[in-house]
Amino acid sequence: MKNCEYQQIDPRALSVSPQSAQNHADKKLQRPRRKWQVFPGKNRFFCDGRLILARQNGILPLTLGLIIVTSGLFFAFDCPFLVTHLTVFIPVIGGVLFMFVVASLLRTSFTDPGILPRATADEAADIERQIDTSGSSTYRPPPRTKEILINQQVVKLKYCFTCKMFRPPRTSHCSLCDNCVERFDHHCPWVGNCVGKRNYRYFYSFIISLSFLTSFIFGCVITHITLRSQAGKNIVQAIQESPASVVELVICFFSIWSILGLSGFHTYLVASNLTTNEDIKGSWSSKRGAEESGNPYSYNNIITNCCVTLCGPMPPSLIDRRGFLPPDEVISVAAASEVELPPFIPKSEANMCTQSTKDALERMLHSTDLHGLCPSGTPKTTPMVLEVLSAPETKELSLSSGCSHQLARQAVVDPCPPFSKNNRRDSLHSINPAFRLASPSPTLSRSVLVLGEGPDIVFSPQQH
Amino acid sequence: MRQQVAVAAKVFIQRDYTNGTMCQFQTKFPSDLETKIDKQQFEETIRTLNNLYAEAEKLSSQSFIEGCLACLTAYTVFLCMETHYEKVLKKIAKYIQEQNEKVYAPRGLLLTDPIERGLRVIEITIYEDRSFSR
Repeated sequence: MKNCEYQQIDPRALSVSPQSAQNHADKKLQRPRRKWQVFPGKNRFFCDGRLILARQNGILPLTLGLIIVTSGLFFAFDCPFLVTHLTVFIPVIGGVLFMFVVASLLRTSFTDPGILPRATADEAADIERQIDTSGSSTYRPPPRTKEILINQQVVKLKYCFTCKMFRPPRTSHCSLCDNCVERFDHHCPWVGNCVGKRNYRYFYSFIISLSFLTSFIFGCVITHITLRSQAGKNIVQAIQESPASVVELVICFFSIWSILGLSGFHTYLVASNLTTNEDIKGSWSSKRGAEESGNPYSYNNIITNCCVTLCGPMPPSLIDRRGFLPPDEVISVAAASEVELPPFIPKSEANMCTQSTKDALERMLHSTDLHGLCPSGTPKTTPMVLEVLSAPETKELSLSSGCSHQLARQAVVDPCPPFSKNNRRDSLHSINPAFRLASPSPTLSRSVLVLGEGPDIVFSPQQH
Repeated sequence: MRQQVAVAAKVFIQRDYTNGTMCQFQTKFPSDLETKIDKQQFEETIRTLNNLYAEAEKLSSQSFIEGCLACLTAYTVFLCMETHYEKVLKKIAKYIQEQNEKVYAPRGLLLTDPIERGLRVIEITIYEDRSFSR
């Protein structure tokens, strides 16, 4: 897991020359940044944002390895025998299947599954206004739902607290990737990515072609061993002559059951226009006996359902990974993203951290009217604010959190409540340079900052 | 960070899911725009956008052929060709720009292309009428 390495910022240096720091900040941000560099979900990006992968992709190398090893053994040990005894088309077919499997797999893994970008601050505020919050003091308001009619059927839309929007129908929030994904099917660890609207067809073609490949290799290996043992030898001798075949047999035998089963299951899902998520939850089957009549998205025709799911128009990626951030948004986004969201990019993390902390500190220096605790402006941050405010009163103040108590008195939400164990992060310590800290603590990772600016950028503690 | 004109308010037109997951926006006229723009004009804009999105997502024989061709060429065909959806999105962007120039900007409004908001909302920014403020 990547951790953002914050550089220590000496508060005295900042207080001496806020102007130069501001200029420096401006100069640093002249370089345009791409949007993938500030993407809030837990994803990895390659090729400058062209390829996207989930952060937890542990099994993808295993999947690739198994496929490549099995196919390699097949081509190296079984094909020569089969070419001489049967036909040359065997390695040709095997080769085509292999290329198709690998292409589908890579396509599934590296395609954006249909991630919905998070709501902007204005949108979230607008939705909040529409929902009657009535200033509740509970930590988290009850889950908000909205009921709508789809094809004369009542469907509940849930509010996503992370993405700050009502999820469209069939959208689900993947906790592993920390994104809302449209037409969410499932998060596949073998593929290292979520399977959703945009890559379901690649996933389906992957498992279908993999079924064919494993069956093909299995059949060929059986044929190979049979032919060898027929030529006057027994099976044991045949196996001894070609030990790789046994390896392939074992791998294929175990894979076939699961892959064929999965293919069959997904063929059923495609034909009835369901997602794995809906099927497992039984969203539609509880309504009536037959799923087709209960599912409001189904066209009640197998062919149409298949066409829509597999051959429908390809929607574009909504997250615009390679677009450039507009320069005036970079400061706010960089500042917000670094403290609020988990680290996600390999490059320029240190730069962003330093920059964002400097920017945040700049703002605190310059904002004299402290909107930090303005309840009218930020109702959604009330729980965070309450949590933080209670902390300084009750917890023991150490040097590292010295600022919190003093700042709380100043009615500015503090950046360093003393509760965390993450020791790889340094965090903001002094908002007001008047409070000199003897030694900033390296052990704080949570910080809550409400900036006194119009857009009301909110930093929230990490959710881990 | 602040533009030359001040942003007075933002109105968000949400999605309309009554026909399923297709991209359609609600045609209900928001109250904030009552003084700014004609209801007919607004509904006309939204309806045209809805039709354009429906065209993008329509399951026609053209999109079917495109899908099959893409599958057979292992999707490499999209290196040279745009998808049908992308072509319609370009049309939509042009339409929105044209509407902004002709209809909305003179009234102090600005439509944001929904694709920039993840196809969740149509964001209409209401700009302050500077001649009368402060």
